[in-house]
Parts: sequence; C-alpha cells; structure tokens
Amino acid sequence: MGLITFLKNKFSKKKSNETYEKGLAKSRAAFADRLDDLSKRYKKVNSEYFEELEQILIESDVGVSLTLKLVDSLLDKSQKEGLTEPSKINEELIDQMFVSYVEGGESITNEIAFASEGPTVLLVEGVNGVGKTTSIAKLAHRYMGQGKKVLLVAADTFRAGAVSQLKIWAERLGCPIVSGLENGDPASVCYDGAKYAVNNNIDLMIVDTAGRLHNKTNLMAELGKMKRVIEREIPGAPHETFLIIDAQTGQNGVSQAKAFKEVNDLSGIVITKMDGTSKGGIILSIRDELGVPVRFIGLGEAMTDLAEFDLDEYLHALLVGNEKK
Amino acid sequence: MAFESLTDKFSALFKKLRKEDKLTEANVDAAIREIRVALLEADVNYKVVKAFTEDVRAKALGQEVLLHVNPSQQFIKICHDELVELLGQDNCEIKYNKGLTIIMLVGLQGAGKTTSAGKLALLEKEKLGKKPLLAGLDVYRPAAIDQLGVIAKQVGVDFFNMGVSANPVDVAKKAVAKATDEGYDVLILDTAGRLQIDEKLMDELKDINKAVHPDEVLLLVDAMAGQDAVNVTNTFNAELRLTGVIMSKLDGDAKGGAALSIKYMTGLPIKFAGVGEKLKDLDIFHPDRMADRILGMGDVVTLVEKAKEVFDEKQAEKDSKKFLDGEFTLDDLLKQMKMVQKLGSLGGIMKLIPGMPKISDEQKSQAEKEMKVFEAIVNSMTPYERKHPEVLKFSQKNRIAKGSGKTNADVNRVIRKWEQSRDMMKQMKQMSKSGRFPQGGGFGGGFGGFGGMR
Repeated sequence: MGLITFLKNKFSKKKSNETYEKGLAKSRAAFADRLDDLSKRYKKVNSEYFEELEQILIESDVGVSLTLKLVDSLLDKSQKEGLTEPSKINEELIDQMFVSYVEGGESITNEIAFASEGPTVLLVEGVNGVGKTTSIAKLAHRYMGQGKKVLLVAADTFRAGAVSQLKIWAERLGCPIVSGLENGDPASVCYDGAKYAVNNNIDLMIVDTAGRLHNKTNLMAELGKMKRVIEREIPGAPHETFLIIDAQTGQNGVSQAKAFKEVNDLSGIVITKMDGTSKGGIILSIRDELGVPVRFIGLGEAMTDLAEFDLDEYLHALLVGNEKK
Repeated sequence: MAFESLTDKFSALFKKLRKEDKLTEANVDAAIREIRVALLEADVNYKVVKAFTEDVRAKALGQEVLLHVNPSQQFIKICHDELVELLGQDNCEIKYNKGLTIIMLVGLQGAGKTTSAGKLALLEKEKLGKKPLLAGLDVYRPAAIDQLGVIAKQVGVDFFNMGVSANPVDVAKKAVAKATDEGYDVLILDTAGRLQIDEKLMDELKDINKAVHPDEVLLLVDAMAGQDAVNVTNTFNAELRLTGVIMSKLDGDAKGGAALSIKYMTGLPIKFAGVGEKLKDLDIFHPDRMADRILGMGDVVTLVEKAKEVFDEKQAEKDSKKFLDGEFTLDDLLKQMKMVQKLGSLGGIMKLIPGMPKISDEQKSQAEKEMKVFEAIVNSMTPYERKHPEVLKFSQKNRIAKGSGKTNADVNRVIRKWEQSRDMMKQMKQMSKSGRFPQGGGFGGGFGGFGGMR
C-alpha cells in the first residue's frame, strides 16, 4: 500500500490532476475484478501464476521485454518480501505498470500546446491505414469546439481519394482546407497551407500526410522536408507532431515510433480503433523504450469519437477487456 | 522486409548450438527460451508460441543421436519441420470458375482492402488474363468509392458503384448482374472496413454473402497486427466462412507473427501478400517457401562456417573474388566442387542453401554420380580448354568424350553447367553490390562449386 500512497502523492504534487487519482482507484478496482479470477484459482502465487500474468500482458501486445521486466520484478518482490497472496501481487503489477509509464518520459498534458502567437501547427504522421485522416477530423472537431480557428492541410497527395476524403470532412466540419494536386509535391501543399494560416489568423493548422511504411527511406525523408518547409514559414512550427498508431499494431509499433521519431521528433501518439478488441498494449512499450506519451485515443468513426488519453482508464480497459473475451 | 529479424535470431541461435556436442536438456531448454522470446517479439500468437516451443522441445530431446549430424543441424531440421507445419504446405491459389468468379474482400478499417482490390484486379488482368470488374461497396468511409474509382482507372479495369447512398447489398446484386450479363470473369467486391464486433455491419456482410454467394471471401490482415489478429480472423471466419487471407503491408519491417499464427490458429490459408506501394505489388503467397526463408539465412551461415573450417581462407577469398568477377575456369569449378565434397554429402549441402528445392535420396546419389562424370570430363581436357570451354569444337568434344569414357552429351552438359555457374556468379556479384548478400570467401566458393552441379 505504501507505494500507492507514494504514487498518489507524487501525482497530486506533480500535476494536481484529480482524474489520475480517481482513475487510479478505478483501475485498481478493475484489476481486482480481473485478477479475482486468478486469485480464485490460486491460493498462493507460484510459477504458473506468473506465467498466466505474463500471458495476459503479452496477449495485450504489451511486448516481451516490458512484460518480462514487469513479471521478473514481481517475482523478485514476491520472493524477497514473501508476498504470496495473489491480490497483493496483482496490486503490485498495476502499480508497476503505472509507475513504469509515468517514469517513462516527460509531460503527460494531453491537450495541444498552443503557441503564444501565430498559428500552431500539428503534423500528423503514421503508416498506412492507421486512421490519420479520421483522427485529424476528430481533432479539428475538438478544437473548433474550443473556439479555435482550424485549417486542414491535405498533404497526402499519394493515396487515391485521400484529398477528397479530407475535403468531405472539411465540409462536414465547416473549416477551410488547403489542398494540392494528386501526386503533387506534399511539401508545396504545406507551404501553401502555412501561408494561408498566417494570412487568415488560423489558430490550429493540422497537416495530413500520406501513410508510409517507416522502412521506406525516401518517403520518410519527404516528411523531413515537409517539416522544414513549415518551419521556414512559421518559426517554431510544427509545434506538435503526432504519430497515429492502430490499436491492433503489435511489436512493430515500437519500430514505427522509433523511425518516425528519428525523422521528426514526436510530441505524442494518438492510438486509434480502441473501440475494437485490440488492447493497444504496444503504447506501453513505446513509452518504455522511446518516452513518447499517448495524447488521445480514437473510439469510433464519428467525429466526436476522440477522448483524451487517461492512463487509468486505459489500464482498466487493458485488463477488463481481456476478461470479457 | 518482414521476417528478416526473426531470421537473424534463428541464425544466431543455431550458431550457438553448433558449439555443442549433442542436444541435451540444458542446451535445448536454453535454445527454446530464446526462440520463445524471438517469436513473441515477432507477434506470433502466444498460444502458437507455446505449442511450437513445446513440440520443438519434445522432438529435440526425443531425437536419436545421428552420426555425422551436429546438434545445430538437427535442431534446424526440427524447427524447419515445425515451421512448415505452422504455415501449411497446401496449394491455396484461387480456383477460378469457367463463368464468373466472385471475390469479396472484408476486414478491419485500414487493413488495405481497397488497395488490395485494385492490386488483385491487376494481377488477374495481367498475369491470369482475366477480365475483372471492381465494385465499390464502401458507402461509409468518405471518398472510399472515389479511391477505388481512381485505382480502377490506374489498373485499367471497369468499375461499378451506385454512389454513397446505396445499400451495399443492392450494389452487390447489381454488380453480379452486370458482371454476368457483360461477360466478366471476375467480380471483386470491396466492402467497408468494420470491427468484427460491430453486429450491424457484420450482419450487412452476411446479407451480401447470402445475396450473391461469393466464391471467395478473403480477409485482409495487416502484417503489423499484434496478438489480436487471430481473434479478429476467428470472428470474421465464424460469421462469414472465409476462404482465405490476404496479408497486407508485408513490405514493412514487421516480423510476420500474424502470418505465422493465422494458418495454425484458424486453418485459413494465406492466399496473397501485399508487398509494396505500387499496384503491381501483390504476390501469390507460397507458405512452403516462407519457412525456408525464415530459417534461410541461418542455413547459409552454417554453410559459411562449415566452409571456413575446410577452406584455405585466403585462397578462397581470392577465388571468390575471381568468381564474383565472373572469370573462372572449369579447373576452378572442379576445385571448388572438390572442396564442397569435403564439406559433406551433396544432400547435406543442398539443405543448407536457401531457395534450393528439396531433393530425394535418389536425386542425391544421382547428383554425386554426376559429379564423378564432371571430374572425368574436365580431367580429359587440355589446360587451355579448361580455361576457355566456350571455344570447344565438335572434334575436340569427341576427343574429350572418348578420353573420359563418356558421351558427347555429357561433355555438352558440363559446358552448359559451367556457363550457368558463371552467370550465377555475375548475378551474385550484383546482389553483393546491392548489399543483399554476405560476402565471404568460403561462401562464394561453396556456392560456386554447387552451382556447377545444378
């Protein structure tokens, strides 16, 4: 219990954010449910118990190295402190996952950090089919709701229909859009977008980029060029660079994040399709290995289906979802 | 490419085992632990990993001690057999009807249905000589129908749609009527992406299924998918009775765990694989080649290592440079072949070379016999002839045939093989230039000798 109290204090001091505290209690309850099943079958933890824990984590795509790290440290703790009660071990697991995420990197402010003056630019990147365009529509909707003037920039000139997809969203949202020709130079679309944003007092310019596999060097270099063009027009931009990750993604998510981060530093991740059965456990590994935090999660196809990332709710979903299967 | 890092893990492991005298409980368990982590890191399904490692362990420990086979080779063989079992070996190409064949593509959002529909149409049109019709049933995602229309134009096939306010079931029916009336060979239905737990949308797919009875219902699975891929596939299969899977985005660096898990866990064959951004980048999937590919480099590493043990390294390096330059004589070829013989039986070597077809015992002994013929013929040539086999005239060939007690046809075959090896060397040179091949003296030599026997 000491650790949890410590955590709570740490958090209320650090962020004075009540949702985390509340959420922590909630996720602990969820964990209790989830692990109730295990505790019923085991009076005392043994190697099989730890194996089952390991399975739950791995099946949620948490990743082998992080899973082994967590389970090993639990094992160690159980031996050193003579912890054999399953519920205690489970509590310890949540704490460790929580701590591991929190200590994994910097700031956990979800909302976009707006520039003190001039347009704020958000560059959105990701591999093919993760839901970049839909996420952009959702983010635009969110910030328009907060009274911001939003501009969409359709710099996915590669995929057939991508520009028209974003145009349809812009129409639905009622926000301006800057687009170029299909198969045109995406950097020049960025240039046009930045000009438009500056001249029209745009608060938030969101740039949609073509999906690309992160091992395609030339396509990745194109992202760097887009960033440089934007930076030249709007000093300090892009202020935020989000990587979109599909919840279904397995361990490859880490190499995605690594590769995209190398080209343009990432300020956050949006994890999409969290309304499915996938757990998106990969985000824990990404945080663990690269320090990039999750900012938003996508929960459906409507433009309102976007929520701020909440670690506790997430951990809750991770384990309860598993239970229901 | 996908699988590469899994391959690396396996080769490192096999290398380690090579130092052991025999397979013991201790070294097998250590190897199994590493395989387990490697497979899990590759997103192979947890249950598949469990079954795989348990089977490999049991087989490795139950194995009789084979003479002349080192534990590493034994272990590779076991892993190989198990991988083949995982991936399946059946031929699973689409069987096209005499009349219209209907293919329905289904899957989660963003799996690559629309792009794959276009790729499939192109493959059928270009490689199979079919006349496909593409039909756009995704009325939900903004601009999805536009996207398919553009792709159809790029591919050069006809495109059918009824706009975004139509009912997908009606679109499917009308598309079938059109395809039948107008004499198309294939109709590809591109459906909207959906979560497998979305009952309403799953019902819609079932309705389409009932209305038009597709010959193939193919699920798109993202090669980068994690542990949930198997659950998703199972649900789609339970609802729609799938006939197979298309793996998309295999050109990424995903380790292919989903590909390794799906056949074993769901019984569904992988029929096609998306391997690039361009519309021509769809391949028919060959599961039997995949196991070889995953373990492939490991085998080459073995060959290199083995070769190093018996080869004079400096000489081999000199030779291999010569070979890679495409300049080598029949003498060099013979020398290399003899060195290869020192490495062990041809059958054993063949197993180590990736991409080589499996051969029977009969073929093996046949190959060894041919080697003797080869040697006899080369020995009957003058030094000049060995350097320039291309200049041999009929009278010279006659003399050589008589001298070696073989036929003219045998002599011609030797020359042809030398030419083939020389060409192979040229290819390898290009490959090594592009950095796709390990450049090692022993390797070049070993391969050269073998090339002579093909």
